[in-house]
Amino acid sequence: MQNKTFRHLFMLPYALWIILFVIAPILLVVYFSFFDIHGNFSLTNYKNFFTATYLQMTLNSFWYAFLITVISLLVAYPTAYILTRTRHKQLWLLLIIVPSWINLLLKAYAFIGIFGTHGAANQFLEWVGIGSRQLLFTDFSFVFVAVYIFIPFMILPIFNALDKLNPSLLYAASDLGASKWTTFRRVIFPLTLDGVKSGCQVVFIPALSLFMLTRLIAGNRVITLGTAIEQQFLVTQNWGMGATIAVFLIIIMVGFMALTSIRRRGV
Amino acid sequence: MKALNRSFLVILVISIALLITINRLNASQGFSGDNTLTVYNWGDYIDQDVIKQFEEETGITVIYETFDSNEAMMTKIQQGGTTYDIAVPSEYTIEKMVEEDLLYELDHSKIPNLQYIDERFLNLPFDEGNRYSIPYFWGTVGIIFNPELLPEGMEITGWHDLWDPRLENQILLVDGAREIMGMGLNSLGYSLNDTNPEHLYETLDHLEKLTPNIRAIVGDENKMLMVGNEAMVAVGWSGDAADIMWENEAMDYVVPEEGSNLWFDNFVIPKTAKNIEGAHEFINFMLDPEISAQNTEYVSYSTPNKEALKYMPEEMVNDERFYPDAALTDKLEVYENLGKENLAFYNELFLQFKMYRK
Repeated sequence: MQNKTFRHLFMLPYALWIILFVIAPILLVVYFSFFDIHGNFSLTNYKNFFTATYLQMTLNSFWYAFLITVISLLVAYPTAYILTRTRHKQLWLLLIIVPSWINLLLKAYAFIGIFGTHGAANQFLEWVGIGSRQLLFTDFSFVFVAVYIFIPFMILPIFNALDKLNPSLLYAASDLGASKWTTFRRVIFPLTLDGVKSGCQVVFIPALSLFMLTRLIAGNRVITLGTAIEQQFLVTQNWGMGATIAVFLIIIMVGFMALTSIRRRGV
Repeated sequence: MKALNRSFLVILVISIALLITINRLNASQGFSGDNTLTVYNWGDYIDQDVIKQFEEETGITVIYETFDSNEAMMTKIQQGGTTYDIAVPSEYTIEKMVEEDLLYELDHSKIPNLQYIDERFLNLPFDEGNRYSIPYFWGTVGIIFNPELLPEGMEITGWHDLWDPRLENQILLVDGAREIMGMGLNSLGYSLNDTNPEHLYETLDHLEKLTPNIRAIVGDENKMLMVGNEAMVAVGWSGDAADIMWENEAMDYVVPEEGSNLWFDNFVIPKTAKNIEGAHEFINFMLDPEISAQNTEYVSYSTPNKEALKYMPEEMVNDERFYPDAALTDKLEVYENLGKENLAFYNELFLQFKMYRK
């Protein structure tokens, strides 16, 4: 009996946390989205969202988040695979994760220097004979820096999935005459799909609402929904419109989560 | 379960002990009650040495916090939960803050140094009689450029020069809706407080034509980028220009001949203040001519304190780019508070402008 009350007591912080910091803010966002700039109850914000500007912005956000996720995945999967084959894999993993301890803004500022007209990247291009070109404030630099920042979050779940993989399954596959490629396609990849899915979630969702990088690295030549939310809240002080954009972001995210949801199955 | 309870107790005891220690420490450093003053200012906008002098002279401990936009500052004060004793908003924000009843009225008898402020900068339309605000710095919006990098024979005198095709991909703009829409309106000969939708749409069209020349739309990074010769031309505030010219002597600044924005940042005492007496003392201290001169030399924006000019190096005071003569100042306009709806419209157009691609 006493045990049960205790268990409830220990649940309390968790329940409070969820209610205060997850459920209440979402409800508030939805609530605010129904108020126009004068504080009257209306659907104007939703009407405004379905105009060319915001639809285009949604598409942009989607496209860049998609690019960032796909490129991260393409780099992260082989990296994670090689990591599991190395001798000191925990050390290598640590080295990959260390950069994510450094503040995001600091890294962005460092990239401004590296990609600048007279920066290290251009000096290298000059040296190999390609000649210097504009790197900063282009789509390329934006996607590159975003991938750089997100990649540890993609590697980690894939690494864990690969590491947990039972090696006897691979022996069985090769015993039964499967080529390396077939083993990868039919055994390794399906068994690590959960890791790939959670990696994609962890990258795609924050990538959708990036806003600091769009200014620092892309010089506001890439405008995402995150930029619009920031501007609506801080500059225009049109909280209703900001909240409406946030509602659509939440809907997109929920949709993406559902699409990549992890189904439990036995191995 | 017993072990868990015990560790729970231990954590509780440690927390209480820490709480007591913090209180003791705060008390010994004078961090309690009315002996502190929280100043909420723009980033890099005061000489830290001046704050030290103030602390030594008055025994008040200053807690210094910074913001990077008027709107962010106002939002924080509006939401409460802060104890800012001094804030430094720009003129159009003061109007809004007065409307929303966020400011205390100033007691001029406690600010005798007000006499040193140039009359040109007192009693302005955004706060008649200076009931709520005292000017801190003023300046303009203009064009910062490196004459050595410009194409042969090119000169920059006004906004229209930015549309020159020779400047392709060479302009950095500041990320502010009022500044950039104002630039567009001025270059078409309209007032930068224009709210006629036809004029604003025309401005958007005009600005979109500038897109091929724009390298990036950035914030405070423009200083670093210009110093590093990342672009030939930047649109920004006069104080940023002064900083850039300090770092890179080749740079020049011009207040556009078509007209531009004249702005003021001003001391106010927000309703969140806990130490109103100290706040008055601080404002008075900052208006002291010698202190103001020292601070101005550091910040390098233009000071409204006419006595302070006497203590400053001559080449600084005589620089027409930062202390323009009356003929040019007459062409400059102060931002008016356009109301929420117009501001939203300005921002909507600015967003469309930013989204526009060549």
